[in-house]
Amino acid sequence: MARIDLEHIRHAYGAKPKSENDYALKEVHHEWNDGGAYALLGPSGCGKTTLLNIISGLINPSEGRILFDGKDVTHLSTQERNIAQVFQFPVIYDTMTVYDNLAFPLRNRHVPEAEVDRRVKETIEMIGLGGWAKKTARGLTADQKQKISLGRGLVRNDVSAILFDEPLTVIDPEMKWVLRSQIKRLHKQFGFTMVYVTHDQTEALTFADKVVVMYDGQIVQIGTPAELFERPRHTFVGYFIGSPGMNVLPVNLDGNTATVGGEHVALNFLPKVKSGAKTELGIRPEFVSLGREGMPVAITKVEDIGRHKIVRARFADQPISIIVDEDGEIPADPRVRFDPKAINIYADSWRVGEEA
Amino acid sequence: MEKTWNNKAWFMVLPVLVLVAFSAVIPLMTVVNYSVQDTFGNNAFFWAGTDWYVQVLTSDRFWDALTRNLIFSAIILAIEIPLGIIIALNMPKKGLGVPVCLVLMALPLLIPWNVVGTIWQVFGRVDIGLLGRTLEGMGINYNYVQNPVAAWVTLIVMDVWHWTSLVVLLCYAGLVSIPDAYYQAAKIDGASRWSVFRYIQLPKMKRVLLIAFLLRFMDSFMIYTEPFVVTGGGPGNSTTFLSIDLVKTAIGQFDLGPAAALSIIYFLIILLLSWIFYTVMTTSDAQG
Repeated sequence: MARIDLEHIRHAYGAKPKSENDYALKEVHHEWNDGGAYALLGPSGCGKTTLLNIISGLINPSEGRILFDGKDVTHLSTQERNIAQVFQFPVIYDTMTVYDNLAFPLRNRHVPEAEVDRRVKETIEMIGLGGWAKKTARGLTADQKQKISLGRGLVRNDVSAILFDEPLTVIDPEMKWVLRSQIKRLHKQFGFTMVYVTHDQTEALTFADKVVVMYDGQIVQIGTPAELFERPRHTFVGYFIGSPGMNVLPVNLDGNTATVGGEHVALNFLPKVKSGAKTELGIRPEFVSLGREGMPVAITKVEDIGRHKIVRARFADQPISIIVDEDGEIPADPRVRFDPKAINIYADSWRVGEEA
Repeated sequence: MEKTWNNKAWFMVLPVLVLVAFSAVIPLMTVVNYSVQDTFGNNAFFWAGTDWYVQVLTSDRFWDALTRNLIFSAIILAIEIPLGIIIALNMPKKGLGVPVCLVLMALPLLIPWNVVGTIWQVFGRVDIGLLGRTLEGMGINYNYVQNPVAAWVTLIVMDVWHWTSLVVLLCYAGLVSIPDAYYQAAKIDGASRWSVFRYIQLPKMKRVLLIAFLLRFMDSFMIYTEPFVVTGGGPGNSTTFLSIDLVKTAIGQFDLGPAAALSIIYFLIILLLSWIFYTVMTTSDAQG
């Protein structure tokens, strides 16, 4: 296991990047703790797989350094970095048995056969494929194949980190949950440093201690699931995380009052905003309450999703989502209130704090 | 339960039956018919029973030709399959090189067989051919008209030149279907170049390779045009394959009976060997 430091990493796929936009991965400077479970979350094309491949050594970054436990590994190959990676589509050697698949990485490293046997048997139990050892890998189901991919990483008990590149994409829904909790359990039990790439927020939030949200080639926020939910640093994090995402309304700020259309919202702090910045107010649908008092809204649609209702409405001519309890009433003359504690203010899409 | 006899169904199948009858069944039965009779012309036929079959199967001429066929096919497969794999492995996977290589590879396949024969016939001639003259000039005894070894080498080189591309293209199709993740995983697992070939590329190419193998076997076993154009079966009988022998018997000597019997035997051999390969192919697939 290792601590991973990324020092000013940038990557462009083209040979000579001219502008900032030529970089698939804009500057990343971050430290990944030994034994941590991280999720890289973001939409397709945001650079999360690029970042993962830079860590694994499949891609050499255009700029910057990577350190494993303080040792520079930027120019080391994947083998030399000693990492394990699980890919989106299960990679198995389908002419080999399950046992030989797991033994493969060890035999390639000339581990003595007795040791191979001991570790493979151990790993087979860990991934819950005991009894399948002598089966040919080809006939297995997708989730079993993915377990073998994972097992090939686990069997090398000295790996620096285990990287996952959207590993549950091709797995059946009910097996996704099983496999995810198994990975989580292995993490708790053995303390592997794990980095998990996904575009599924549920996967990211349940798997990781720290979620790294990426957008357009850069890291926009690193935080615990609660931090991402309550204090999104960027409007993108606000609407990417949560279902439905955060309401983001363009506002005019005047001291501690935000004005949307003709409505005034009082803030419980004085935001520090540079003049000329585009200002927005963010509030999660969970913290908007619908009732007979407050500011008027026009309801356009009500979606009943069982546990609660999602009310789609127009507020000061802006679309807004409100979460209402399953048995909550929707008045004829609906009005809304924002929970002042849950209001975030954004200037040019980035969250701003209180004036000092 | 009583079955209804639907005569209309017959009309539906009839066109196909007629086509198959004219293209396959009737010619085949004609050959069978010839193979059990003797004739001295004037359309007078006499019953000969299995005489011709016995004659063919006991003649050295048949066994010699069959041996030549088997050796030729074996050499062709032993060269073209590995060579095809090696070329396919080294072809570019992306960029401008891909269309260039593919077109270059496909070129020989576009040339008609008799033209290929003519090209090599001229190319290899000692008096005017580029290859023949050059080899002669280098002091190598190369004359496919007189030297059996030279004749065989010419035929083999010609076939390799003409048909390796087919194996290459099939293998290449198999190779490009392998996702990048396999190669990346192999890197992470510390696999050697040989292991990557043995455990990733070869298994993925297995299916197309068996097709390539089958096609190349059948084609090389039925080879006719090239030796006919280049060597005419000589020098001596050294390149007289079954197909050449068959034409000599049927058209050269006008021995319709033995030629027909030989055709049937030739046909059965190809059918049998192809069936064996096919069975091996499907069972090994099912096992895997």
